[in-house]
Amino acid sequence: MASGYFGDGLTYVNPNDLKGKLIAIEGTDGVGRSTHIELLQEWLEVQGYGVVTTGWTRSSLMSKTIEVAKQGNILDRWSFSLLYATDFADRLEHQIIPALRSGFIVLADRYIYTAFARDVVRSGDRHWIRDVFGFSVLPDLVCYLRIDVDTLALRVIESNGMNYWESGMDLKLGADLYDSFKKYQGLLIEEFDKMAEEFHFEVIDARKPPEEIQEALREKIKPILRNGREPHKGPNDALPANEHQPSEDRTSFTSSL
Amino acid sequence: MTPPVLTFEQPHPFPGKLIIVEGIDGSGKSTQLLLLKKWLESRGVNVFFTEWNSSELVRETTRRGKKSKALTPTTFSLLHATDFASRLYHDILPPLKAGMLVLADRYVYTAFARDAVRGVSPSWVRKMYNFAIRPDMAFYFNVPIEIAIERLLGGTRAQLKYYEAGMDMGLSQDLTESFRLFQSRILAEYDKIVTEYGLITMDATKDIEEQQNAMRQLVSEALEHYKPKRGTHGKRLFWRRFDLRKPE
Repeated sequence: MASGYFGDGLTYVNPNDLKGKLIAIEGTDGVGRSTHIELLQEWLEVQGYGVVTTGWTRSSLMSKTIEVAKQGNILDRWSFSLLYATDFADRLEHQIIPALRSGFIVLADRYIYTAFARDVVRSGDRHWIRDVFGFSVLPDLVCYLRIDVDTLALRVIESNGMNYWESGMDLKLGADLYDSFKKYQGLLIEEFDKMAEEFHFEVIDARKPPEEIQEALREKIKPILRNGREPHKGPNDALPANEHQPSEDRTSFTSSL
Repeated sequence: MTPPVLTFEQPHPFPGKLIIVEGIDGSGKSTQLLLLKKWLESRGVNVFFTEWNSSELVRETTRRGKKSKALTPTTFSLLHATDFASRLYHDILPPLKAGMLVLADRYVYTAFARDAVRGVSPSWVRKMYNFAIRPDMAFYFNVPIEIAIERLLGGTRAQLKYYEAGMDMGLSQDLTESFRLFQSRILAEYDKIVTEYGLITMDATKDIEEQQNAMRQLVSEALEHYKPKRGTHGKRLFWRRFDLRKPE
């Protein structure tokens, strides 16, 4: 099950009912999170686990609102963070919690830590944003795809190019897109690094080749799967709850790579 | 680079003044605030007026959410906080910083009361709104539930609104009964809030003029040392007159 709430929680949902697993993949823009999540989903489904993926700002309630907000009205820090919190709450309650309740593995492309990093970079205040997200379910595992800002800049230019928001242009940190991107992403990485220690993220070096990153992710995920049933058997029933720590190392499943 | 963090726990440092009213629907708080506004304006004070839940961006989303019944207590609460944040930033802070007077019809206490009744953690809502500016004066218009219903049904609006009656909470199929149950719980929350934050309680069963006179009296006492700022010079004389006028 998920390990409880980050803060005050939802008074109307008992976290003990959530028997699935929540795995968050964190990291700045352009580290390849979505590609790796696709591969992980495939890998898990082949083993018979039900998988639900969820992204940042994909809720039906809010995605339009956020797009509108980004296009025109430059938002203040609070509205900016609260809009994302609303979007996240919508997905948490309509997607993540129901999936966890039914025993699915939820792969989250970004989680609350992304919101923390973005808000802290804008405000310098760590408390408020964490209070706001106090209703969140704590993940069973957070994998942080870590990259240095120089490599990141090269990669982003090679692929889609830099955009306004990924460059934090609203912060006016640099004269142009490139300067701003590097400063903004540098600040985000700095904050992620701090949180990695504080919240015990599993840090994975995202500068390595994709195969190695994927392999590393799977190695981190395996231990939290072991608590459940043996894979390859009874592919359609829900994952049982895992109140007990594993007494032995069950290595009957291996990476399909 | 980052501005100092304002919190709800301490008085704001700005030269302007923020006066807010709270109370359930049918308490007459909006009428009282409107009359206060008229009075201040007649004395040459530039007044800014702001209402709960009125920014375009969020109104649209709330409508979408209501239509699909997709709002949970938490998303409902967050949406209103977003709306408030945007109004604070655009409508409330600039005039306060410029030294002007802001009147707000409902403030964060509305969220504290409503959201708690809808089932979110009271401490969470308070922490979330910690970015709000503490008002200089906060009036609570206290009214028994039956009088509020009587006013709403018999008078100006003739109909209870769906969300104001808490119809989405499934308390009762009957609109009036649902309103009674829902707003009674809100009244109970307001009672706690009044003590917690020291709101000025007004007896909202009294005559409109009587309440307004009391309100004006309190406001002129509180604004005694307030130095209003204006962009235009023409009405300065009004100000002198206002400053000299002492409450009877």
